Amino acid sequence: MKKIILAAAVFGMLTGAAFSQAPNFDDPAEFAKQRDQLTATFNGPADQPYLQYAGDSMADTASFKKEGPWTVCFSNAGVNNPWRVVGYTDMTEEVKLHPEIGTFTHVDAEGSDDKQIADIDDLLAGGNCSVLIVSPNSTAALTPAVEKACAAGLPVIVFDRGVTTDCPVTFVHPVGGYGFGIQAAEHIIANVPAGGKVLMLRILPGVDVLETRASGARNMFKEAGLEVLGEEFTDGDNAKTKSIVEDYLQRGTIDAVWMDAGATAVAAVEAFEDQGVDVPVVTGEDQQDYLQKWRDLGFKGIAPTYPTYQWRTAIIAAVNTLKGEQVPSPEWVLPQPAITQDVLDQYINEKMPPLHYAMCGCEDMPNYPQAWGGTE
Amino acid sequence: MSAQSLPRPAAAKRSLPKINPVYVLVAALILAIIVMNPAFGEPTGYMNFLKRVTALAILSAGALYVIVSGGFDLSVGSIMTLTVIGSSMLASNDPNSTYWIIPLMLCIGAVIGLINGLVVSYLKVPSLIATLGMMITLNGVAFMWSGGAPRGYLPDTFRFFGRYNITDIPVITLLPVAVICLVVFGTILWWGMHRTNFGRMLHAVGDNQQAARLAGVPVERVRISAFVVSALTAVLAGVILGGRAGVSVDIGSGFELQAITAAVIGGAQLLGGRGSVPATIAGALALEAIFTLLNLLGLAQPVRLVVQGLILIGAVAFATYQRKRAGR
Repeated sequence: MKKIILAAAVFGMLTGAAFSQAPNFDDPAEFAKQRDQLTATFNGPADQPYLQYAGDSMADTASFKKEGPWTVCFSNAGVNNPWRVVGYTDMTEEVKLHPEIGTFTHVDAEGSDDKQIADIDDLLAGGNCSVLIVSPNSTAALTPAVEKACAAGLPVIVFDRGVTTDCPVTFVHPVGGYGFGIQAAEHIIANVPAGGKVLMLRILPGVDVLETRASGARNMFKEAGLEVLGEEFTDGDNAKTKSIVEDYLQRGTIDAVWMDAGATAVAAVEAFEDQGVDVPVVTGEDQQDYLQKWRDLGFKGIAPTYPTYQWRTAIIAAVNTLKGEQVPSPEWVLPQPAITQDVLDQYINEKMPPLHYAMCGCEDMPNYPQAWGGTE
Repeated sequence: MSAQSLPRPAAAKRSLPKINPVYVLVAALILAIIVMNPAFGEPTGYMNFLKRVTALAILSAGALYVIVSGGFDLSVGSIMTLTVIGSSMLASNDPNSTYWIIPLMLCIGAVIGLINGLVVSYLKVPSLIATLGMMITLNGVAFMWSGGAPRGYLPDTFRFFGRYNITDIPVITLLPVAVICLVVFGTILWWGMHRTNFGRMLHAVGDNQQAARLAGVPVERVRISAFVVSALTAVLAGVILGGRAGVSVDIGSGFELQAITAAVIGGAQLLGGRGSVPATIAGALALEAIFTLLNLLGLAQPVRLVVQGLILIGAVAFATYQRKRAGR
């Protein structure tokens, strides 16, 4: 009896903890907003998506105007996945385009909230920063640190993941997680008959930008009458992804695989290939290995993107702020295009590494492609 | 009173076959999987399973050499990562490169194992720390080499070992190359551990280093050899896993602990002196079977982790209890 009570208590604690900290990742209003933004017209030059923005609301930054040379400080959540590696390269190359930037100080939090909070403290204490760019490791934990930087009088630019304060000059980000999920789900719904079976593969639970991708898609599948076979977490591991798809294949057919990120999409495709089964609809992302696999095998793919060019935009926002120019605010929403069959070929570049994210907006930069690991 | 009437409890005990509980565990898990999913009994089902487990099985059998000698090798996962990253960087999409890349990687592995062994034997750094340092170093090297993202693909000739299936075979219809590798390397490792003088010395060193030294065992050389074997199998496991799954920057992370777990489930003693290659391979099968079974049950991920952890602790506790009762 004791054991049962103990087990129940442990179970209660586990589930209780899970529920108590679950923020709202299924917000119909935000879902509808992002759905509209996907097809909206953006302001700014169409051939330079990293300069485009939605809406007309601007911030006046005249009070931050400063003579160069500037010290641009950047507190980075981490360079711990290929997407961030590409993004960080976009950023360092953008810095080279601005002679007014005297020093670019980069501190890497290596994926730790605590380290990032300490990093920001150190940057503030150093007193050299003209502007602070923050790519937060997690939303809630970094909010006080960002508020502190604002209170110190520094212009702050936040990008990628957000914080829950509007004290920064602007928050640069593409349309968002719901948008990503919507693009992949719409493609599946259009290509799979009603009642079809969808396997949802996700990296890990609990990250806002990934949770919203899944919740948006899940609702749409339900509405369209598709059956979700399961939601599995791959940890971003190719071997695990392949095993999961193989196991599902053994139990029956799969009409589509929905992925919340593309890094393991090729492993999912290979599971079908190795089993001798026709590859169904498998969604991915804009990284080269998936785009090339999609072209070579000719399955029905789509690559929603979470464009890395936002790393360029963060620098541009910082530069415009220090020049006292107007900056889209409180949010600088960038376009978030999906790569479809029609435009597939123009994003494939076999000279680039397998996990180069094609939607980098970096082809016009002087050191492309070598700086990104490509060959001439 | 004649001698024949003396009680003979030992004989009664011996009449029950002493079978390593890991084999029972594997059989039970596989049976449960087949009941849940009859398709597992088909060749594509169990061959896929074996293919999946090959990398871990070979790796654990190699790591067992170090465990039996009384040490730990935490660097094996990072050797796998280095193998996959390094191979993809060097291959530059040239299918002919495989023939020199794999031998080169084996050489690098041998050197790493040698360094591990030398540091442990002569600098007297505990193996846990020495190989932990090596793991961190190698992860750093792999990261520097790749710049944090894979920079190349593995050619199909390289992926042959982990990915390719030989088809149209009577009775079993298909035979993955990985399974052939498992049998070949499993046999070699079994032979080395259980049929050679080296294997006996390994057990002696792990059981009682002082006694082994007094008995004339070259303790240092034996320990160093164990680390070299472990590192070489890590390279092989890297080749097979990279072949199966493709390049990723943290492909080997976590494998060092899985290898130790597989060995312990197979009845190996963590402080050395005891361990069996076939039982360790069975331990690896059990680990993978638990994962597959829980997947089939359709439990949610958090519940699955809880159950997986409990089964692991239970299996090892049971094996230890059995051994104690048997007085071994």
